[in-house]
Amino acid sequence: MLKSKTFLKKTRAGGVMKIVREHYLRDDIGCGAPGCAACGGAHEGPVLEPQPLDPASSLCPRPHYLLPDTNVLLHQIDVLEDPAIRNVIVLQTVLQEVRNRSAPVYKRIRDVTNNQEKHFYTFTNEHHRETYVEQEQGENANDRNDRAIRVAAKWYNEHLKKMSAENHLQVIFITNDKKNKEKAIEEGIPAFTCEEYVKSLTANPELIDRLACLSEEGNEIESGRIIFSEHLPLSKLQQGIKSGTYLQGTFRASRENYLEATVWVHGDNEENKEIIIQGLKHLNRAVHEDIVAVELLPKNQWAAPSSVVLHDEGQNEDDLEKEEERERILKTTVSEKMLKPTGRVVGIIKRNWRPYCGMLSKSDIKESRRHLFTPADKRIPRIRIETRQASTLEGRRIIVAIDGWPRNSRYPNGHFVKNLGEVGDKETETEVLLLEHDVPHQPFSQAVLSFLPKMPWSITEKDMKNREDLRHLCVCSVDPPGCTDIDDALHCRELDNGNLEVGVHIADVSHFIRPGNALDQESARRGTTVYLCEKRIDMVPELLSSNLCSLRCNVDRLAFSCIWEMNHNAEILKVRFTKSAINSKASLTYAEAQMRIDSTAMNDDITTSLRGLNKLAKILKRRRIEKGALTLSSPEVRFHMDSETHDPIDLQTKELRETNSMVEEFMLLANISVAKKIHEEFSEHALLRKHPAPPPSNYEILVKAAKSKNLEIKTDTAKSLADSLDRAESPTFPYLNTLLRILATRCMMQAVYFCSGMDNDFHHYGLASPIYTHFTSPIRRYADIIVHRLLAVAVGADCTYPELTDKHKLADLCKNLNFRHKMAQYAQRASVAFHTQLFFKSKGIVSEEAYILFVRKNAIVVLIPKYGLEGTVFFEEKDKPKPRLIYDDEIPSLKIEDTVFHIFDKVKVKIMLDSSNLQHQKIRMSLVEPQIPGISIPVDAPNMDIKEPERKKKKREK
Amino acid sequence: MAGLELLSDQGYRVDGRRAGELRKIQARMGVFAQADGSAYIEQGNTKALAVVYGPHEIRGSRARALPDRALVNCQYSSATFSTGERKRRPHGDRKSCEMGLQLRQTFEAAILTQLHPRSQIDIYVQVLQADGGTYAACVNAATLAVLDAGIPMRDFVCACSAGFVDSTALADLSHVEEAAGGPQLALALLPASGQIALLEMDARLHEDHLEQVLEAAARAARDVHALLDRVVRQHVREASILLGD
Ligand SMILES: [Zn+2]
Repeated sequence: MLKSKTFLKKTRAGGVMKIVREHYLRDDIGCGAPGCAACGGAHEGPVLEPQPLDPASSLCPRPHYLLPDTNVLLHQIDVLEDPAIRNVIVLQTVLQEVRNRSAPVYKRIRDVTNNQEKHFYTFTNEHHRETYVEQEQGENANDRNDRAIRVAAKWYNEHLKKMSAENHLQVIFITNDKKNKEKAIEEGIPAFTCEEYVKSLTANPELIDRLACLSEEGNEIESGRIIFSEHLPLSKLQQGIKSGTYLQGTFRASRENYLEATVWVHGDNEENKEIIIQGLKHLNRAVHEDIVAVELLPKNQWAAPSSVVLHDEGQNEDDLEKEEERERILKTTVSEKMLKPTGRVVGIIKRNWRPYCGMLSKSDIKESRRHLFTPADKRIPRIRIETRQASTLEGRRIIVAIDGWPRNSRYPNGHFVKNLGEVGDKETETEVLLLEHDVPHQPFSQAVLSFLPKMPWSITEKDMKNREDLRHLCVCSVDPPGCTDIDDALHCRELDNGNLEVGVHIADVSHFIRPGNALDQESARRGTTVYLCEKRIDMVPELLSSNLCSLRCNVDRLAFSCIWEMNHNAEILKVRFTKSAINSKASLTYAEAQMRIDSTAMNDDITTSLRGLNKLAKILKRRRIEKGALTLSSPEVRFHMDSETHDPIDLQTKELRETNSMVEEFMLLANISVAKKIHEEFSEHALLRKHPAPPPSNYEILVKAAKSKNLEIKTDTAKSLADSLDRAESPTFPYLNTLLRILATRCMMQAVYFCSGMDNDFHHYGLASPIYTHFTSPIRRYADIIVHRLLAVAVGADCTYPELTDKHKLADLCKNLNFRHKMAQYAQRASVAFHTQLFFKSKGIVSEEAYILFVRKNAIVVLIPKYGLEGTVFFEEKDKPKPRLIYDDEIPSLKIEDTVFHIFDKVKVKIMLDSSNLQHQKIRMSLVEPQIPGISIPVDAPNMDIKEPERKKKKREK
Repeated sequence: MAGLELLSDQGYRVDGRRAGELRKIQARMGVFAQADGSAYIEQGNTKALAVVYGPHEIRGSRARALPDRALVNCQYSSATFSTGERKRRPHGDRKSCEMGLQLRQTFEAAILTQLHPRSQIDIYVQVLQADGGTYAACVNAATLAVLDAGIPMRDFVCACSAGFVDSTALADLSHVEEAAGGPQLALALLPASGQIALLEMDARLHEDHLEQVLEAAARAARDVHALLDRVVRQHVREASILLGD
């Protein structure tokens, strides 16, 4: 309360608007040093260590704390995050400036501050009676803040001196600003630049590599040659955008051509949505994903998107003349009518740099410390870094961050962040694909784990409140073999009135994950469990996913049950939802369940239950398909792993049994029933899932392809599509139907989560259901947890909380979930691709039968059913005479010399691993049959020997 | 640009207060000799003046007289220079009427009106500067003015606002905090009995949090009471010294 504290009041006044703000100064803010008598018990949270001696610094041998200024925090966050750096005082002034200037760094510094082992202390200096400074006349805000930081540093040194006279603690001011450092030393504050300090840490030489390399402003002019034009200041850009001179947009670099990019202009104007940028100087140091301002060039300088593939492989930075020559190549390939709006980048509105995965291209000059780094993402320019460990980093996947891009530098400057491991190594590659797809995969933090139930765990009386005891029911689960996160179980029994009772029991994850705590926040952030080929990145900690929530047999588990009363014709008479306790009687695999159903000898409760379920599922499925639900297919592949080496030894396409679709049918039914219930109860904030109907143009390729085989595919409704797909059979070509379904899958839109209050169209096209949601996999999908919470409120089993009934929060959550699901899918594909490579690496070269999925202008895309593998066979290769290619868009077909290729044609291809580019290994396919002289490869030719030297040559020329 | 951080990780608000702390309060009673009672209060930068006349005979139509108790008439106005943006507000605009009504409701609950049947008590409150929590400042000023007029009350009426940010209840919102648009609550309390004279809430707040915010407002109102009590005692002491001499 007021009286116990001394308050001084300062008022800030100024501007046209009268702004009078109170600013209270306090004397109860602790310095953060333990055992400080002056501050007493005023500390909270993690504090500094009493006598920090390591890391040993040759510049300041005394125990000390660090006090960095704003720019050090912003640019050297990689150094500060290093475990070696501890005991840092973060001033409120600094933190606020960081908050205004970079959200990602602000988040990182907060994470560091919350990590108790780092001993970072945030000192609220702006409200401390002795460290507050007022802006002086003629002093700008930056200078005031610099002064405030120095005042706080000085205060700290004097304050700590009082604590113990001899061998007292020091506070070292870290700044990279020359003037600021000079002023600090004048005022008696020990001050160093970040570089000086890091270099003085003799025991931690590796830290030097993590230093951001920042060119001081003066340097640019000294070193003479300017390559790029200046970026205009933000104020000028904003003026220009307002007046229409400049356009604001997102910069998207081309994957194929490092000298080309597209800017997607923000806003709704129809004209000039996409602006092409060509040439190094016009790209003007913009990096993929940056928000930039562009100026349109006059029409006579407009260009067309070039079809040339150009990768930046030069080692020498001074090859600017060559660069210009290349740019001319771009221009000569222009065809008049293809001209598109073209512009140049005049300034950067917001950088969107992130740490990049990639590899070091070691400099040819021996002893050189400067090296180029090539990011795995081809849209990111190469980055110049300084490191002394180049030889150890060679051939390794590393992470590098960009620090800046001066006008006189061909490449941006950056610094080394982390060594991931050897290229091609499974662990390393997995790490890379997780990082590149932004999949959160760090081990769960202590804060998250602290919210797990204590073991041994058992169901208590309190847990049974608002819960039905269904442990007597004969429930069982059916899953793929080796499944440890079982989130659903089923039962079916005949009631006295002759009807059937069917129950779907889903793991009650929301019982363990309470809204808003760290565990909940982390699960929400992850959004989904990511399944890679031999790794699972859990959304929730293992104790829950594989134990307490997993509905294993013969243990008591908490569930959320959806129970229907049905007649024998699978018509729902009643539905109810309840939290429950169950005890599964059997955890079966699909095969085991199938065997029980088929075997006439077995008549136990579990088997009877399964037969009942199976019978109903068939009726449900038939009815669903009658309504127009689609059965599409995608070639799903599973790897058989060698148990010792964990290398894939064989691939196998997934087998589908009746029992698969039995489980699926009841999951769909449960999801639909729950969707109806939560939407009834919460019309504005139900979390639902929709699948929009694709625009008719999406189907063009499917219709054309079918037509070429004299089949008709109708696409006006989902029902007619499903029917015509069913009819599209060819007695001589049984695989055709599957191919058509694969093609149909490619025409579909992405299904998405949404909040019912923010949308009108709820329809799920693929399932032909007017409403749908996800309820049945809460262990691996966060959406299901929210749906469980909504349903629990609807049936009075749990209470609501504010975020649950906030449709904007829910919409934001959906956005993240949709993003995470998409990324998880991409990561999964990348993982399959990597394992496919491993597989063919050990397998050598093989020839397989394949079907053409698409024909392109200079290539065919084929599917190899045996491996479920898709690949592209190119017909144009550099350094080879170009074959005669005639592409017909209408049929579609591609004529090569005298052979015509249509969609669905059967071919034979040779598959091998192409390791010519270490960073981007890929599966290469070439045509074997039909034979085209000069194009196809003889079946037995040892083509590796022929091709290898050729490829090497190519590489050099590029 | 990041929005304003209303509550830092260290637990400090924009102006340096902690969540439950009030702004500095200064108050004086008996600032006008002509009135029956008057008081001036500053809660941070919110400044309010209250003047009380009565109890006296009903002015105007006699029909308004109540047979069993006194009529409480409250009028609220704000100075044109009271907010950052200078704006002429016509007398008796909607906001002022509403505030007058709320004040009336508050003081009808606190003043022992049955002691003065068929009479009238006038309370005029003017806000000179508004920086958040105007209703609370008006109530607190009016309480002191009513006491100064010697009109018997059940208890002090002490008011305070509270808001809710990052799962934390903030007491005594400043203008900056109010303008951020979160839920806010105004509470007028009779501290001795804990009775609520008026409770008003803007924006949606989940019921789970209501108790926490209400609790914060009530605690703050009690803190206000302790302060007002000191002001009254000080005033009485000064007055008795003057009289005694
Ligand atoms: Zn101290």
